[in-house]
Amino acid sequence: MGTRDYRYKTSHSLSGPGDGGRTGSWRVQRPIIDLERCTPVKRGSEACFICWLYCPDAVISRTIPPTIDYEYCKGCAICAEECPTKAITMVDETERPEEVDTPDTCSFEGPRPCT
Amino acid sequence: MHVIENGNVAAALGVKLAGVQVIAAYPITPQTPLTEKLSEFIEAGEMKAEYIPVESEHSALAACIAASSTGARAFTATSANGLLYMHEQVHWAAGARLPIVMCVVNRAVGAPWNIWNDHQDSISQRDTGWIQMYACDHQQIIDSVLKAFAIAETVSIPVMVCYDGYLLSHTYMPFEVPEEKQVKRFLRPFKPHYALDPQNPANLNTVTLPDVRMDVEGEMAHGYMEFRYLLQEDLRQTLTIAQEIEDRFTQIFGRGGNALLEPHRCNDADYIVVGLGSLTYQLRDVVETLRSEGLKVGVLGIRMYRPFPDEAAVEVLRRARGVFVIEKALSYGYEGALSSDIKAALYGCRGDGADAAGGLPGDRTDVTQRGGPCVDGPFVRGLIAGIGGRDIRTADLTDTLRTAITGALDDPGWIGLKI
Repeated sequence: MGTRDYRYKTSHSLSGPGDGGRTGSWRVQRPIIDLERCTPVKRGSEACFICWLYCPDAVISRTIPPTIDYEYCKGCAICAEECPTKAITMVDETERPEEVDTPDTCSFEGPRPCT
Repeated sequence: MHVIENGNVAAALGVKLAGVQVIAAYPITPQTPLTEKLSEFIEAGEMKAEYIPVESEHSALAACIAASSTGARAFTATSANGLLYMHEQVHWAAGARLPIVMCVVNRAVGAPWNIWNDHQDSISQRDTGWIQMYACDHQQIIDSVLKAFAIAETVSIPVMVCYDGYLLSHTYMPFEVPEEKQVKRFLRPFKPHYALDPQNPANLNTVTLPDVRMDVEGEMAHGYMEFRYLLQEDLRQTLTIAQEIEDRFTQIFGRGGNALLEPHRCNDADYIVVGLGSLTYQLRDVVETLRSEGLKVGVLGIRMYRPFPDEAAVEVLRRARGVFVIEKALSYGYEGALSSDIKAALYGCRGDGADAAGGLPGDRTDVTQRGGPCVDGPFVRGLIAGIGGRDIRTADLTDTLRTAITGALDDPGWIGLKI
């Protein structure tokens, strides 16, 4: 189906996830978090979250463990660069890294609070 | 009300009557008196508008883009290098589908520095997606400003109202200033197709992907290509809409009639001279002289240059034996842009001879789709005149056209060249 009936004449986006497009397709390298090195995971408490703070696209969650939304992660690698424990590595998308199971997360803002 | 004023004042009076809300402009000769007059209107309380003095033409149009995005009626004006300095925002305004109106008071572009009239400035903005209208006298300037807002706001595409620097901008002519009450009937309040609203924030014209996408509301949104296709489609549609608006204008004001073209003595003409702006009125005198010598000549003024009224022009030109296009601008390295446009329009048309022989099957559209040269149609010869304000003497025009019609014109076709 085409876009003939789309309501806007001017290109525009509203505030909301992905209204600028699913930018995950731009990625050539995928950030993978090694949970054994990740500070909040190791401590089990709200700590570090440098990756969450630095991510320019706000696709890393402030949860234990942190998760990355690959629908929108552009693979800029700032998180890998900033992680003080080198827990994040960039892996070529062409190597098709095996999907990491979504870990059971708790959140400081979401419905399942960290205790 | 009849007044005797210069062309810049005619434009300023049109802007005032149009109820423009935001004006942002930077002075450049020969446009300066137009925006000075507008600032005087505002200072005197005769016009309720925000006048934004800016540090450059780029900022002038950027301010108009912002104003228009909030739903305000916005206007700017410039000339020559000022227009070129604006160029990036000129594209932007059209792509953003903002109905801004800009007067371009035509002047040659540097280098070398030159402040006199030709059409290189606006012709070089031909491919930006703006509508371009060319005025031939002061009445057309003031009327075109009003029509420009009506057209722009109907199709959501910005409009340039172009008129000749000095020849029109600084000369005095009598013209009729429309009554405010009539203008209100003609030009309705601006209702933008979309306006920024602090209660519902949106980003306009951010990165728009090569492909279509699902937007946040779950609708399939255009990609860049679809937006650009629609600009082209709506520009072509503007040829029809501009004529409808012209008809409404004529009903209310009793003037005008043809939004696209102004043919003069073309019906029986063997040779037709095509041009833009005030030159086409000067050519009417040439037509009288040449007709008195037995040469059947007519003039076709192009009132709307973009979108290009190709089919309407072909309808006027196709029965002629020859077409001369006189231009004050060039696509350097080839020929005048209007010459190329006229030739392209005539490509695939049917000339008088084809009609007499029973013609080709189908209408022009069919023929164009098949391609092929104009069958028994007119030859087209491009001529250049008035570059950088070089005097265009009526006698020179007459001599050149007479030679071109009756003998072989073997010079480069630059009228008045002294090399």
